[in-house]
Amino acid sequence: MADDIKVIVFKLGSEEYGIEVEKVQTIERMMPITRVPKTYSFIKGVINLRGVVIPVIDLRGRFGIQEAEHTDQTRIIIVNVNEMEVGFIVDSANDVIDLNRDSIDTPPDVVGGIKAKYLDGVAKIGEDRLLIMLNLTEVLNKSEIVQLESLEG
Amino acid sequence: MDMNQYLSMFIDESNDHLQSLNESMMGLEANPEDISIVQVIFRSAHTLKGMAATMGFEDLASLTHQMENVLDLVRNNKLRMQDFIFDTLFKSLDALESMVEDITGGGEGKADVTAIVSSLQAIVRGEVPAAAGAAAEVTAAAATTGDAQISLDEFQYSVLEQSLQEGHQVLYVDVAIRKDCQLKAVRAYMVFDLLERSGEVVKSFPSVQDIEQEKFDYGFSLYYITQKDASEIQRMILNLSEIDKVTAVALDQESLSQMAQEMSAATAEASPAAPVQESSASAPAKAPAASAAKEENGKSAPVRTGGAPSRTIRVDIERLDVLMNLFSELLIDRVRLEQLASEVQNGDLTETVEHMGRVSGDLQNIVMKLRMVPVDTVFNRFPRMVRDLAKSLDKKIDLVVTGAETELDRTVIDEIGDPLVHLLRNAVDHGVESIQDRLASGKSDTGTVNLRAFHSGNHVFIEIEDDGAGIKPQKILQSAIKKGIITQEQAASYSDDEAIQLLFAPGFSTAEVISDVSGRGVGLDVVKSKITSLGGNVVVYSTPGKGTNFSVQLPLTLSIIAAMLVKIGSEKYAIPLSSIVETGIVKNTQIRTIHGNRMIEFRNSHIPLLSLSKFYAVPDFDESTEEETEIVVVRKGERLVALAVQDFIGQNEIVIKNLGKYLPEVQGISGATILGDGQVALIIDPNAFIK
Repeated sequence: MADDIKVIVFKLGSEEYGIEVEKVQTIERMMPITRVPKTYSFIKGVINLRGVVIPVIDLRGRFGIQEAEHTDQTRIIIVNVNEMEVGFIVDSANDVIDLNRDSIDTPPDVVGGIKAKYLDGVAKIGEDRLLIMLNLTEVLNKSEIVQLESLEG
Repeated sequence: MDMNQYLSMFIDESNDHLQSLNESMMGLEANPEDISIVQVIFRSAHTLKGMAATMGFEDLASLTHQMENVLDLVRNNKLRMQDFIFDTLFKSLDALESMVEDITGGGEGKADVTAIVSSLQAIVRGEVPAAAGAAAEVTAAAATTGDAQISLDEFQYSVLEQSLQEGHQVLYVDVAIRKDCQLKAVRAYMVFDLLERSGEVVKSFPSVQDIEQEKFDYGFSLYYITQKDASEIQRMILNLSEIDKVTAVALDQESLSQMAQEMSAATAEASPAAPVQESSASAPAKAPAASAAKEENGKSAPVRTGGAPSRTIRVDIERLDVLMNLFSELLIDRVRLEQLASEVQNGDLTETVEHMGRVSGDLQNIVMKLRMVPVDTVFNRFPRMVRDLAKSLDKKIDLVVTGAETELDRTVIDEIGDPLVHLLRNAVDHGVESIQDRLASGKSDTGTVNLRAFHSGNHVFIEIEDDGAGIKPQKILQSAIKKGIITQEQAASYSDDEAIQLLFAPGFSTAEVISDVSGRGVGLDVVKSKITSLGGNVVVYSTPGKGTNFSVQLPLTLSIIAAMLVKIGSEKYAIPLSSIVETGIVKNTQIRTIHGNRMIEFRNSHIPLLSLSKFYAVPDFDESTEEETEIVVVRKGERLVALAVQDFIGQNEIVIKNLGKYLPEVQGISGATILGDGQVALIIDPNAFIK
């Protein structure tokens, strides 16, 4: 039997995504973001999180989804992966659930427009909820961004 | 009484006193006639003795007591400082330091100091080895075998012994110069020069320094190691003109050991008349010297007070981190309170919040400065180190320290010491040539090692520059090929600059290199990896014949700089004050276009005008719509560029933070800082605008 893991659930559009709770430092409300010029468009800038300057990424932009207006529900999820601290702007984040590793399936090639390499798998919760587990290392992979940039530019 | 609570205070203060003792001793060595320095030393030693005795560290107290006795004589003009006394006092300081270190490590501060104590006592009794009184007798004294005309210290004795065992000749040479000789120091120098060519002078009496300054009669004697035999040496010296008489006697193992015995006996029964004679001789000379010293006092006094022990406590650095983070949270709340107060419109509340704002502003400054330490805390032990090293290598070296007040983060300061020691040792040992070589290549006999620290952009640079022989790129390449670090083909593509950087390559440093490539390369890869682990870099520049410069670049993480805050549209940026030349306003009509570049006239020349709002693609500002433009003129070296901004906000001390690991290098941005209201402002890197 595989272990249960705790997962933070957040939303981008109508899709629900999950990040393992150990990788999440805090979840913050929207706060002033200082724009950083001359960088990728999905990097919204930097914030001051209790004295530490942390870059913030719009996950919609990162996955190539249409960016949305920020609302009351918008949250910044601060994750810490490979000693990198990064904030993700998400539409909302309001749930923590227990998940059994067994219930995570390998993802289909394309889920909600996101390339499969960014995903760890897809978990089915309850009857009709699908939770997309993110592969944070890939999401934050910089060498891939460079390729992306060269394609665009 | 429980002394534990005072222990840390004792350790801190002892270290401060030892440091100031060291500094004063160096000052005194440079200026031996200045009795006021002796007073400072005496007071420091006295305080140290008192503290040590109170804390029950007997050894520490007794050693300082002996030092005090010596210093007391000097203070009362009963004893003149000379090399031997300096060396003994420095040795005592080292012993004291190791005792304090032992105490710091939880030990008892016990150490065997009997040797030092007895030599200090000997000095007090006037038994200065080979004191000035003996000088007159030198020429008269016949150089019979084993007659210890010059007392050797243990180290020199062991050198002689070893040379004998290795089959070298150890000679005792007595030289007399003709009485009618005009430039006896030059003659003496020629003798030394001659001798150094075919051997090594271990010890001479009077000392080389004294001889150079003509402080000797018409004769001097020395111990000499060579392969040649006594008669040959004798003939060689006699070939020089104006030499009256030379006696060279070969010593053997037996006479050496006999000498060693006599040496210890001699110190016990040496004539007490020597110091009396000495002080009377120096008395007339002292009067003008004293008045000169008094004059100098006015100038040097403030410098010395700067070295006075500071009152400090020790704080765990992690607590400072916590303090800093908590404080940042407080700032955010303050901003919220200010907003609320402006909404509520209650006078009392607004006033209180404003006061709170001012107090927290001051608090912020202090919290941020707490972690910053001037590099002086690392640099202050270097003059002593270089002095000792230069002395042991028989070189003359001036260490020039500049920018010691430059501040660096505490964590960096703690780590940077060892690499710097390594680089300095290299500069002294292998960089600066021997006195003979320097004179031969037309340089002054005193080498200069510059130790510089300064801010530049978002880095602190520490440079160690010597005016020695420099490094030959070809030699580096050859030994790199030999060691298999690069191949012959690779070597061909290396520029001189690249070749020199191979010094830092792992595996380059082996003992063999020392003789091959002017000695460079010992463990430099370790230095490099240490500096890299601190997020810094080290490069070396060298001009053969002119010298070598090791430049260590350290990041300013958490470092505080003064900066000018400017506004561009809704965004705020900080420009390091160190690169700002001037701020001003230009009218649009003053802006000219030359070759499609916008230029303005500045101090009789034209400099480019760059639009920050365009460069950073600021969405809500365009200065071309305004009639007048605020400009900040920044420089990199000699070159200037004007940056157009919207408004000046003011000058501020800012704490430099990096943008986080995730963000790649952003062009034109060197970091970020958190402003008083909790907002992040980006720091402009002026270097990016000047190519």
